[in-house]
Amino acid sequence: MPAEPTLPAPARVTDGTNGSEHAAVALTGVTKQFGKITALDAVSLFVRHGELMTLLGPSGCGKTTLLHLVAGFLIPESGEIAIDGQRITDVPAYRREIGIMFQNYALFPHMSVAGNVGYGLRMRRIARPEIDRRIADALALVKLAGLEDRRPRQLSGGQQQRVALARALVIRPKVLLLDEPFSALDRNLRASMQVELKEIQRKLGVTTIFVTHDQSEALSLSDRIAVIADGRIRQLDTPHEIYRHPSDRFVASFIGDANVLRAHLERIEGAVASVALGAARVTVPMRTLEGSAVGSAVDLFVRPEDLRVAETDAAAAAHGTVAAQIYQGGHIDLYVDAPEVSSGRVLLRVPSHEAASLRPAGTRIAIALAADVAIAFRSA
Amino acid sequence: MPKLLRLLGGATVTAILGFILLPALVVTLAAFNSRAILSFPPESWSWRWFVKAIAYDDFQAGVRNGLIVTAWASSIALVVGAAFAFALDRYEFRLKRTLETILLSPLVVPHFTIGLGFLILAAQLGFARGYSVIVACHVVLVLPFVLRSVYISLRNLDPRLELAAASLGASPGRVLITVTLPLLLPGLVSGWLFAAILSFNEFTASLFVTVQRTQTLPVALYNYVREYADPSMAAISVMYIVATATVLTLANAFLGLAKVLNVEHAR
Repeated sequence: MPAEPTLPAPARVTDGTNGSEHAAVALTGVTKQFGKITALDAVSLFVRHGELMTLLGPSGCGKTTLLHLVAGFLIPESGEIAIDGQRITDVPAYRREIGIMFQNYALFPHMSVAGNVGYGLRMRRIARPEIDRRIADALALVKLAGLEDRRPRQLSGGQQQRVALARALVIRPKVLLLDEPFSALDRNLRASMQVELKEIQRKLGVTTIFVTHDQSEALSLSDRIAVIADGRIRQLDTPHEIYRHPSDRFVASFIGDANVLRAHLERIEGAVASVALGAARVTVPMRTLEGSAVGSAVDLFVRPEDLRVAETDAAAAAHGTVAAQIYQGGHIDLYVDAPEVSSGRVLLRVPSHEAASLRPAGTRIAIALAADVAIAFRSA
Repeated sequence: MPKLLRLLGGATVTAILGFILLPALVVTLAAFNSRAILSFPPESWSWRWFVKAIAYDDFQAGVRNGLIVTAWASSIALVVGAAFAFALDRYEFRLKRTLETILLSPLVVPHFTIGLGFLILAAQLGFARGYSVIVACHVVLVLPFVLRSVYISLRNLDPRLELAAASLGASPGRVLITVTLPLLLPGLVSGWLFAAILSFNEFTASLFVTVQRTQTLPVALYNYVREYADPSMAAISVMYIVATATVLTLANAFLGLAKVLNVEHAR
């Protein structure tokens, strides 16, 4: 049977690595269906060596499916998957040299900590002294030395997670897969585990794919983020680029807090445009406004920290009434009713030290833009 | 008033527990009666009915036959039931509901119907009424219990444990041996034990498919009681209760022990 010619990967993903042969993990045109539902639709993704790539999206977007495809728990309907340049699309999970850590850690309850960590080594029929040495090294890496004989149920959540990490890393995987690993931990522990995971990942230089629906987690941990929705990658970029230059309305509203303000397009100058919001003017890229004519209404996306309280009316983008003032420690969140620009409440994030004069609910204020660059989309 | 209610509640619970235990208690006391009739309460005490019951040939044969039938029936039911439980838990296929209904149907069909069915079938097919017919009959009777027990254990098994094992390099066979089966062990053992106790006690269907040579203990007891009414019946009952309780206690200790043994195994 003659093989169908494979088309080059669609250029949906802009990426420094040019093609699969240089990527640690390469997915090319991968489609996965569950019955009539398309979980992933011709997705191409190239993960660089040593990179921490986050798959971020709402639940049901296909990010976990993508992870399971890389792990070998699922086989795609079409497309190719390669690790280190080797095609592994239909290689079973147990021959893929992949470490995975699940949300609930999936530790073997009938084995000790050492039994869990050593499992992958025993499956590789490595000699006993070597196994013992590598278990000790792995447990030292995750700071659990001395707990070898404990059972998983005798450990705290954080310790269980360390065991799961040690178990996944001890086999020296080509790729480390993390499936929502922090969502079962309480807030304080989560932050310290995130830092620790990032340190370990950098120290070992292991290529890592990390799945989460928590955008702040994604922003703080990732080298790059792939924002996924409805089985497609919407944007693939560094956390800063994703936050500052979202490619579409979905990404803009999913990552971080954003105010959507009614503005209008005043002038087009090549690749950029000037948008007017009250007396304020802001420059936006034309890329996301294609087809909009001068004078038409646009939705201006502004981060809460890019808004401030205006001292004078001269540069006021809008006027509003403070609905609530919420002290957050380092900053203060001001929720403002400003019906002329937004049907919902506008959120201003003001540094605490600047908020010398408190503005109780009911105060009339003028809102100004703190940034001269933003992003706008055609009115929905 | 609440105190009165609590007292009343306590009394009710005690009464219910007493009602459950009363038959066993009456029979136990009757077993030690030295007189040759089944009477209660006994006037003087003796072990003689135990001695007589143990020495009685039909009872000895009944225990032997019963153990043979039970061992085969519950073991076969375990293998068949576990296989079906796996299929029902892991795979989607047409007529899955129908298969499940058929496998659980012995719970609704009366035992004498199943016994009679096997009797007619064996006669039609020209089978001698040997052990094989009794074992086959018991397998059908206890299968739903084994199936349920294994199926519930499988449902409670987190599939991510098997995925984790696979990602760590375990082939499907080794995943089964090192993760799935050890974690299912309590379910398998309790399923087998449940089947064994049911099979050993089964009377209605056994009455149809056994003959004098192959009769199991409950059938032997029935035949005995048709002719005699002395306390050896009660003595057998007491031994029955003690034996079953011992097996269950041992099983519990063994299952607890299995977990401890697994620690060593896992290292």
